[in-house]
Amino acid sequence: MSPDLHPSQLWQQVTTATHRPPVGWRLALTRFQRIIRLGLKSIWIHRLRSLLTVLGIVFGVCSVIAMLAIGEGASYEAQEQIKSLGSQNIILRSVKPPEDEKASANRNMVLDYGLNYPDIRRIQMTIPGVTVVVPGRIIREYIWNITRNVDAEVVGTVPWYPQMRNHRVARGRFMNEMEMDDMASVCVLGQEIAARLFPWQSPLGKSVRVGSTYYRVIGVMEARGRQSKPGDSSSGAQATAVDQMFIPLTTAKMRFGETIFKQRSGSREAEKVALHEVTVKVAEREQVVPVSRAIQELLERNHKKKDFTMTVPLEMLKQSERTKQIFNIVLGSIAAISLLVGGIGIMNIMLASVTERTREIGIRRALGAKRRDITVQFLVETVMLSATGGIIGVVLGISIPFFVTLFAGMVTIVTLWSPLIAFTISAAIGVVFGLYPALRAANMDPVEALRHE
Amino acid sequence: MTNPEPIVRLEDLHKTYWTGAVSVEALRGINLDIRPGEYVSIMGPSGCGKSTLLNLLGCLDRPTTGRYLLGGQDVSQLDDDLLSEIRGTRLGFVFQSYNLVQQLTVLENIEVPLYYQGWPEDRSRAVAEKLASRVGLDSRFHHRPNELSGGQQQRVAIARALVNDPLVILADEPTGNLDSVSGADILAVFDDLNQAGKTLIMVTHDEEIAHRATRIVRFRDGQIEKDVTLREPPYQAPADRAAATA
Repeated sequence: MSPDLHPSQLWQQVTTATHRPPVGWRLALTRFQRIIRLGLKSIWIHRLRSLLTVLGIVFGVCSVIAMLAIGEGASYEAQEQIKSLGSQNIILRSVKPPEDEKASANRNMVLDYGLNYPDIRRIQMTIPGVTVVVPGRIIREYIWNITRNVDAEVVGTVPWYPQMRNHRVARGRFMNEMEMDDMASVCVLGQEIAARLFPWQSPLGKSVRVGSTYYRVIGVMEARGRQSKPGDSSSGAQATAVDQMFIPLTTAKMRFGETIFKQRSGSREAEKVALHEVTVKVAEREQVVPVSRAIQELLERNHKKKDFTMTVPLEMLKQSERTKQIFNIVLGSIAAISLLVGGIGIMNIMLASVTERTREIGIRRALGAKRRDITVQFLVETVMLSATGGIIGVVLGISIPFFVTLFAGMVTIVTLWSPLIAFTISAAIGVVFGLYPALRAANMDPVEALRHE
Repeated sequence: MTNPEPIVRLEDLHKTYWTGAVSVEALRGINLDIRPGEYVSIMGPSGCGKSTLLNLLGCLDRPTTGRYLLGGQDVSQLDDDLLSEIRGTRLGFVFQSYNLVQQLTVLENIEVPLYYQGWPEDRSRAVAEKLASRVGLDSRFHHRPNELSGGQQQRVAIARALVNDPLVILADEPTGNLDSVSGADILAVFDDLNQAGKTLIMVTHDEEIAHRATRIVRFRDGQIEKDVTLREPPYQAPADRAAATA
């Protein structure tokens, strides 16, 4: 204390400072800034406790975003695959009939089954709404370029196959009507086959060999959906083919005939299949389901054995959307439960914190804090706590799908709204679960609070 | 008018506590006038009602019946928000156990009352700095309470009690937790404050300390037993002097 001042001046000088508080929104703004800073401070003082407290929210938010991203990616992939089949298409495939039927057919050594040309004619003539029919023969063969070979499916088909199946040509062109009529030895390679047989050069104009026939490469298709991985083909004869090679249907019929001989582990088998695959295009999307029923009935009348399957991509698409919906509901409830648990954790800590800081509340009340000031202080603190948890959760939740894509090669999609919603909900949790502790703090009797040890 | 308006006037003040079926009458009809510039010691055995009185004077509690006029304004039946405002603008508190907010620094502690009155930060910081210097804490602006001695903490509390330029400063056993040296130090600050014209009300057990005041009010069983004015207050506000000479 400065002795040169007269005692009567000593305090006066300081305390008569003019007092003109700011008004309106500026007051609200500066106050809000300071409340935020106060909240940050007390979170920082107990940083370990704060971190542990928000862990529930962090995991909740993080798992929701990550699971949504993985689920979204999986369903996107599935839907892309289905879409590539064409939503207006109905795909019929020949299948080997069940074993007991086979025994009787074995007498003449040749197994005769599957879809045939009369089936196509019947479908086109009797069912309205059917616009195009794409027949296809699929033969499993090795395709050779000098010494390189791949195990692939040779598909005999018609020139309009690409438009029908949403499968575009990447380089060169698809076969045309003339080549179809001439039974020309031309082929269009799948992207994977092209990459394996011609790793260093363009396959266009080169030839590949299947059996004893050479085919001139006129085009390469675009890569399609998920490729079967090279590692899978080690599992023997049943392994999936690497890719498909397309040749004119007429050429296929001429080169391979209708009877295919297979030699496997000593036994000899012969199969006679006219068409392996038939794609039926329906004019209107709404007609797809009724037409599919009609085709089913029509074919069943002529095929006593169950030697065909029918795939309706549109129904698969609907099915996959339903599955996705169920997935989202399940995910939503898991998220709700984990966020609820996280919120309860936060409330628990805030209640403890209110008790621990009873004295501080009493002091602040004695120094002029209104109930509202105390409520806001604790509420802001809780919201900041849960929002911080939300932010950490969002960051983790976005990075996890990234690593899943990097290491597991799965497609993941982080939609914009999932982090936004997750963050908003976690902040809202702060309000909901912070309100009770905050009100409890505000409603303390200041006299009691000051006496608290 | 020869006597200046009292700054604190209690009229037939009663306070009754109900604990279950039993009611305890802590204050039984208190009449008391305190003029500006007075330094009043309140004494009495424990349980005599002096803590209750201090809570009522501090607007931390409301009387059951009776009136309490602070600076001419009846504050005995105001609601919680208005009482908070009165505490924040017209009263200063000094507690036995200092009651500083542990996570705040010296300056931030001093600023707390101004914060709730919505003072801009730079202005309240300037006032807090001046006051902290005046109570001899120049080198400790940014220390936290647990880094200060008891005497230093109580100085912070005094600076905080002064920051809003209160009508009355209420002190509850301000030297109770201090050794005799720092206690004497604090009492010297109180004397200075009173010299400068501040109105002080102090609750104490210690006769010697009580006699540093200008007036001693003794309580027993919720009533005033004895009210002695030792000497005239050393300083009178200019308005009061004008009234006295008129």
